[in-house]
Amino acid sequence: MKQPEALLEVRDLHKWFPLRRRLLSRAREVVKAVDGVSFDVRRGEVLSLVGESGSGKSTVGRSVLRLTVPTAGTIRFAGTDITHFSRRQMRPFRQRMQLVFQDPYASLNPRMTVEGILAAPLEIHGRAASRSDRRDKIEEALRLVGLLPQHAARYPHEFSGGQRQRIGIARALMTGPELLIADEPVSALDVSIQAQVVNLLVELKRRLGLTILFVAHDLAVVGHISDRIAVMYLGRLVELAETRELFGNPRHPYTEALLSAAPIPDPTFKRERIVLAGDIPSPVNPPSGCSFRTRCPYALPACGEARPPLREVAPGHFKACIRDDLRLRAPG
Amino acid sequence: MTSPVGAIDGPPAKPALTSRWDSPALRRFRRHRLAVFGAVTILVLTLACIVGPFLLPFTDTFIDIRQRFAPPLSGAHVLGTDQLGRDMLARLLMAGRISLAVGFAAMAISMVIGVCVGLVAGYYGGAIGAVLMRFVDAMLCFPSIFLLLAVSAFIHPGVETIILLIAFTAWMEVARIVEAQIKALRERDFAVAAEALGASDARVMIRELLPNAIAPIVVAATLNVAHAILAESYISFLGYGIQPPTPSWGNMLDNAQGYLTSAPWLAMLPGAMITLAVTSFNFIGDGLRDALDPRTDAR
Repeated sequence: MKQPEALLEVRDLHKWFPLRRRLLSRAREVVKAVDGVSFDVRRGEVLSLVGESGSGKSTVGRSVLRLTVPTAGTIRFAGTDITHFSRRQMRPFRQRMQLVFQDPYASLNPRMTVEGILAAPLEIHGRAASRSDRRDKIEEALRLVGLLPQHAARYPHEFSGGQRQRIGIARALMTGPELLIADEPVSALDVSIQAQVVNLLVELKRRLGLTILFVAHDLAVVGHISDRIAVMYLGRLVELAETRELFGNPRHPYTEALLSAAPIPDPTFKRERIVLAGDIPSPVNPPSGCSFRTRCPYALPACGEARPPLREVAPGHFKACIRDDLRLRAPG
Repeated sequence: MTSPVGAIDGPPAKPALTSRWDSPALRRFRRHRLAVFGAVTILVLTLACIVGPFLLPFTDTFIDIRQRFAPPLSGAHVLGTDQLGRDMLARLLMAGRISLAVGFAAMAISMVIGVCVGLVAGYYGGAIGAVLMRFVDAMLCFPSIFLLLAVSAFIHPGVETIILLIAFTAWMEVARIVEAQIKALRERDFAVAAEALGASDARVMIRELLPNAIAPIVVAATLNVAHAILAESYISFLGYGIQPPTPSWGNMLDNAQGYLTSAPWLAMLPGAMITLAVTSFNFIGDGLRDALDPRTDAR
């Protein structure tokens, strides 16, 4: 079997945000939002990036799109190193990688009609040959996401959350991107609408041959859509595996805890839920060694000594944990 | 089961707009009684000032000493005459031309300056924003009326110089409003989306951000007209502004000072015009604020 090529290669990505220096304090504190993350997104796959709030998963997405300048590391898109590209150099790549936002209320300009919103990508990249071509392309995009051509004349506030998210997806598709970065695209929606939007993304991926980097905090949503899942904790990857493998055979205690927290739609099913103590530690001052050890039920003194590297423990299954002796529980 | 990507119901269909008069913004504006009153007043006032002087039997400079201090509604002079026997109505309308023109022109110039400074400062932030906004703060430190008086003492007073003077002392508030708006708006996801699409700075500023700041800008603009009319009145009242024989509401008030008890209409009429114009603009600003927000209907 031929290994599909990597559309996106992220190597040792760091993004540190400096904090405002306090008066009379010499130390310059930084928030290590992303602290050494490496992964590939293969052409045509859906890779999910999962983690709780503050794990840096959204920052990874924004860095990949070069909406923020990475502190260190490299980002290669389709073989081109775009890590230090200027805005001018990024322009042609902007058509090839697009973003779907979490909040469908904030991500659409309230002063523009849907037509205006969808025309912007065409205008910016000069992709509409004529007025009628422009209208055709907008109509096609609306149909593609399950909306009607007559919706083009409306303003975003006239739509529901799910419909707005469809408009956001349509905008991202206007330039015919290869890579779609979906930054928690369903976490702001009602549960009943979530499935619709996830199914829409799956359908679009199949029809348009998209590659998707899906950022989420909810493993249940992710399991349905992803080929592979990467679990993030405090700016680092702790586990990366194929979806089936990760759900069936988690190797990192944090993944185990996340899996045990995902709801199962069966009220009679009793499961021991692993409740992690405390909050995610501050990324300004992460724990030494393994950053998860402060909340890990299996932590040993040795966990504090060195940062565990992400290593391959089975074909295609990576984890960053020194304890290979654990038998972790998989759900179901 | 229906296809998950099948068409879903949109918002209920609305009847197509039959004309511009049915636009939702205008409908919201019309609901605002005082704003409509203000708009009608300004419209009538402006039309009267433009057309009126051509229709009157007297010009504003025609002196008739025999008819001095004729009270309103007595004889040929509908609103009476002043100490030189000049027709008050003709003078008020000619003065209105000057005062309204000064108000609109000063507003337009101050808006251009304020919006540009605020847009650049709010969008780029950092050192550029800090320098610009500290300059705005410094300008705000001058009490504008004294600044106006000090500068007009050096410059030969005239309509153009008065307009420029008022504009240069009135743009800072607008700059602050725009800067605050743009700063907040540029963090919003739709601005990030435009950036992710590769939009230029100018496009993001003008197409994406500025339209979202339009409501406070328009409100500031109408208030600025009111402010400019008032400022022109102060300066002219104090004798540094529009110079007689060119009438303005402000110098008519100045002129009326000596006859407050004997001919009170000389002060009351231009005073009423100033009040009417200023309040009308304030009402319009209020109405526009509601009308320009497309979310008012959704609630």
